[in-house]
Amino acid sequence: MQQAAARTDTVETTYREAVRAALRDALGRDNRVFLMGEDVGRYGGCYAVSHGLLAEFGPERIRDTPLSESGFTGAGIGAAMAGMRPIVELMTVNFSLLALDQILNNAATIRHMSGNQFGVPLVIRMATGAGRQLAAQHSHSLEGWYAHIPGIKVLTPATLEDARGMLWTALQEPDPVLIFENVMLYNMSGNLACDAGAVDIDKAAVRRKGRDISLITYGGSLWKTLEAASVLATEGIEAEVIDLRSLRPLDDATIMTSVTRTRRAVIVDEGWRSGSLAAEIGMRIVEQAFWSLDAPIGRVCSEEVPIPYPRHLEMAALPQLPKIVAAAKTALGQA
Amino acid sequence: MTLTAGKPHLSREHMLDLLRQMIRIRRFENKCAELYTQEKIRGFLHLYDGEEAVAVGVITVLEKRDRVVATYREHGHALVRGVPMKAVMAEMYGKQEGCSRGRGGSMHLFNAATNFYGGNAIVGGGLPVATGLALASRMQGDDIVTACFFGEGAVAEGEFHESLNLAALWQLPVLFVCENNSYAMGTALALSESETDIQHKAACYRVASEAVDGMDVVAVEAAARRAIQAVRDSRKPYFLECRTYRLRPHSMFDPQLYRDKAEVESWRPREPIARFQGWLETNRMIHPDELSRMVSEIDAEIAEAVNFAETASWEPVEQLCRFVHADSTVPTGQ
Repeated sequence: MQQAAARTDTVETTYREAVRAALRDALGRDNRVFLMGEDVGRYGGCYAVSHGLLAEFGPERIRDTPLSESGFTGAGIGAAMAGMRPIVELMTVNFSLLALDQILNNAATIRHMSGNQFGVPLVIRMATGAGRQLAAQHSHSLEGWYAHIPGIKVLTPATLEDARGMLWTALQEPDPVLIFENVMLYNMSGNLACDAGAVDIDKAAVRRKGRDISLITYGGSLWKTLEAASVLATEGIEAEVIDLRSLRPLDDATIMTSVTRTRRAVIVDEGWRSGSLAAEIGMRIVEQAFWSLDAPIGRVCSEEVPIPYPRHLEMAALPQLPKIVAAAKTALGQA
Repeated sequence: MTLTAGKPHLSREHMLDLLRQMIRIRRFENKCAELYTQEKIRGFLHLYDGEEAVAVGVITVLEKRDRVVATYREHGHALVRGVPMKAVMAEMYGKQEGCSRGRGGSMHLFNAATNFYGGNAIVGGGLPVATGLALASRMQGDDIVTACFFGEGAVAEGEFHESLNLAALWQLPVLFVCENNSYAMGTALALSESETDIQHKAACYRVASEAVDGMDVVAVEAAARRAIQAVRDSRKPYFLECRTYRLRPHSMFDPQLYRDKAEVESWRPREPIARFQGWLETNRMIHPDELSRMVSEIDAEIAEAVNFAETASWEPVEQLCRFVHADSTVPTGQ
């Protein structure tokens, strides 16, 4: 870390500011880019991500919309098909369900239905995840659902670098990209290189090296998982932590390389367990690395309940440090 | 040919062209129905019988640079727009020479070369997309008009209201064409809408509107000329309701339990081709020989299209997963 700091200047920033810097950068670099969504302009964004951009880029390019998720998401699709590079912001993943017709039946499908004649180079950003006591209509993690759909890419930036760098790369894609920003990360602060820029969007990243077990996660759960790895280390267990970064496509190679070496895997996923992304990853490991496994694959997912309001119940519904540590120990036969 | 804007092209040549385009759609679709019974065309097949004056009257007025968004009942729109008939027929067969490489079928005809943005088979689903195409026009400062076709059933969808509001709020150059054929599948308008005068709904969003007899191709064209000129000049939306009637079942699976045969028969004499052709004959503007020559030319084109589709190729199964993401080996329309 010190070496990196010596090589390049860094600035202390937050995840929110990193996303905003990415937006500002994209709007400045490409006049086809515009941002539209509910309260992105005058209000400054529900999570204050786009604060200040209206004054800088004007109401045509920082476009406040009515509460018409399907209408303005579809408008983003049409504008993308006609040569623009829209960024549609959906306030939360729960609200994105109102736009699901446009996302699935049009954005993900038009290239195929048209035999490759039309593409939809659209980026859709939305907040996801629980932890703010917002109850059962503002707290879910449905990115795994979206990862089910052929024709779109699904990104889950968990670090400042990815919050800053994934957007520009996503905007270069000829097809739709969904970016899920976990609400618990917006206030996360840290140092980011002053010259931070575009990053790749197709590789998983090993965020901590380890030889005993692979902990596979993404988004808001990355930080809990890294914390769990630290706890495990105090007990002599070297856990490797993989940040998926992209849920669709999945970087099978990075997962299998790790699991083949550690021979044990636990998946940490804020989505519900049944039919989850964790289930998909587990099955891929079974398909591709079964003979390398020394223990059953473990999963730490959200409990099968709509996210409740009271804090103690909300916390109990989500993957938490003790559950991750316990799952890892179970896989290691130390439970 | 060129009269004042807002008035129809009244030349004989133009009128014969309107008739020819309607007959071309009708006879093409009659052939499609026949091919459907032979199981050459599969899936859903939604025919436009009785509604041809709408697509012909509106699309004829559009410029080449304009854009069209259509529904799953869009064979006629594609043909009038200039998508080659053989490519449409090959698409219905599911062959890779089809206008969507066979991936779409009857409900999803696309053609980049003619700015034909597809048959959309989710009722109301095309309206937001058309709104976005018009948003791009506004932001890019061009003078393109996007024409969006949908049935009166779409009026019950939220996307209809969201799109009209957005188009009016942001002043977008889109022409909304409601093809009011009286039935949303099997549900009559009066059973699905509290306000059956659909044109009035546009007024709630401060969108200029007009209702026209959708069985009269000359009236549709005249209204479309006014509407398209208004959109092109004002860069604002316009709503055109074309009151028409679907003479055939909703799709080939529909036993039509929801309406009397007598009702359908009562509409037959009003259907646009017989009506316009009869008017041309009464006024001695078409000679029987001309008509039979027109029909035989159309039939020859249809025969050629069927032959093309028959001999066209199936895409190898090895290519199944293509076109999910951009495929640089195949030309795109963009």
